[in-house]
Amino acid sequence: MHARLEEDHSEPILDVDSLHVQFGSQTVLRDISIKIPRGQTLAIIGESGCGKTVLLKTMIALIRPTQGQVTFEGKNLHKISERELTKERIRYGFVFQGAALFDSMTIGQNVAFPLKQHTRKPIEEIRQIVFGLLADVGLPDSIVWKKPAELSGGMQKRVGLARSLALKPEVMLYDEPTTGLDPIMSDVINELILRTRSRYPVTSIVVTHDMRTARKVADRVLMLYPASRLKGDEPQILYDGPPEGLDECTDRRVTQFVHGEAGERIMEMREAAGV
Amino acid sequence: MATGTAPTNPTPPPRPRQLTWIEEAFFNWIADWGTLGIEFTIAVGDMSLFALRTMQWLFNRLPKRETLVPNFYQVGVMSLPVVALTGTFIGMVLAVQSYFQFRQLGLETRLGAVINMTLVRELGPVLAATMLAGRVGSAMAAELGTMRVTEQIDALDSMGTNPIHYLVVPRFLACVILIPALTVMADFMGFVGGYFYSVNILGIDQHYYMYNSEQFVQSWDIFYGLIKSVFFGGTIAIVSCHRGFHCEAGAEGVGRAATAAFVYSFVFILAIDLALGIGLDSIYNYMWPDHVVSISGG
Repeated sequence: MHARLEEDHSEPILDVDSLHVQFGSQTVLRDISIKIPRGQTLAIIGESGCGKTVLLKTMIALIRPTQGQVTFEGKNLHKISERELTKERIRYGFVFQGAALFDSMTIGQNVAFPLKQHTRKPIEEIRQIVFGLLADVGLPDSIVWKKPAELSGGMQKRVGLARSLALKPEVMLYDEPTTGLDPIMSDVINELILRTRSRYPVTSIVVTHDMRTARKVADRVLMLYPASRLKGDEPQILYDGPPEGLDECTDRRVTQFVHGEAGERIMEMREAAGV
Repeated sequence: MATGTAPTNPTPPPRPRQLTWIEEAFFNWIADWGTLGIEFTIAVGDMSLFALRTMQWLFNRLPKRETLVPNFYQVGVMSLPVVALTGTFIGMVLAVQSYFQFRQLGLETRLGAVINMTLVRELGPVLAATMLAGRVGSAMAAELGTMRVTEQIDALDSMGTNPIHYLVVPRFLACVILIPALTVMADFMGFVGGYFYSVNILGIDQHYYMYNSEQFVQSWDIFYGLIKSVFFGGTIAIVSCHRGFHCEAGAEGVGRAATAAFVYSFVFILAIDLALGIGLDSIYNYMWPDHVVSISGG
């Protein structure tokens, strides 16, 4: 069990306030407010298309909100200059769903990329750091000459994790870290998330629809519901609390998701499709 | 049974008149044009902002050598053979097309003037730019589009590396700096092709061919073509990178971005060609008002 109580009272490192994101006429996020204390591991769960990834990308200012703000240590990320934003982003690590490794570069170049861009370390030192990072995620030195296309999905995810840790980030963002992986590799990634947290003083936000991941790595779980399916002024956040509390939640939409039950969803989908 | 006054039915509001099919078609037509106008304005505005941001990053900080060299190699070295080959053919085609008309007027010895003038002022720069748009522009859009779809551009952003500075500025510099060299190559090979066909196949006297070429083609004409090519190169880079950055998801989106990069670049090249043609001629006439060269004189 992770230390939770003492962290809840600290100043939030990330403060999402009344966030609203709309693409064209489609509302994806509606009045989302979250405070994330330093050191916490938050899992954002919810069905596909509910806006989890959009929320995650808004937290690092990759997506601009229609309304509301994201404050990182008191700085509104969507109001600061591009130069300042760059400095703040270096304090983040982002593990993308498909790893997002640069396919024109080797694995070594990929992991060394942030170090070359933002530090003046000599090549030899960078090389040693790269080997160290790869070893941390369980990959051999020989992999550095390979191209991303030569690796399996799990290996790519681990390289992505190694790259995102290169600059010792304070906030780690994981976008569907276990999607598309076999159960064993999924657990390896979960273990790596936990190990990262124990080795570095990081705040982690994990977007996932894998309940095993949410239960295993998170101190706090937040469940989003698709804005298009909400009725009236219903809040988009259905659940915000510890992972153990999910089983006691009485909201049927939460229990359905947690237990992976379709319920009457097929009928609803058929109705929506006019079948 | 309830007692009291029976509720009176309120008069229903008048129904809007049903539109005839002609009216509906007309209104739809206006709406379509309106949508097209809005989309065009948004696209032009977005592309202009993209170009401004590229300029801003260009003057802010130059890219590292390791990002410049591969782009210069792709744009310059790899485009050279195809530009040289098409330049040669265009020179020969100009000779074939012009010969019969000039022979009817008895001016076949002026063929060199026409071929070389057309090449350095118009066809050399446009041809080099078209080849660049087809070979490099589409590839840039497809590469950046794939990077967008696979979140590699987001990854750059998330690591504090500005994607415009890292991806667009080197491509822009490569196109702007190297397209004059490609234009010179197209001009030269066109000259060689035109000379070979005119002198060796059509049997035009090589002395008069060269003499007339020298008489008509001035340094200004070569400069005129090279200045235009710089604008073409910049346009190709901006349009192609913009299309790549705004690529839609999936293989179809990447394909569409690559096609759009070439089509838009080509349309812009021709539009800029016209605008610069008018502008540069006005400058020339302002600076040298009495300088008139006649094809039939001399």
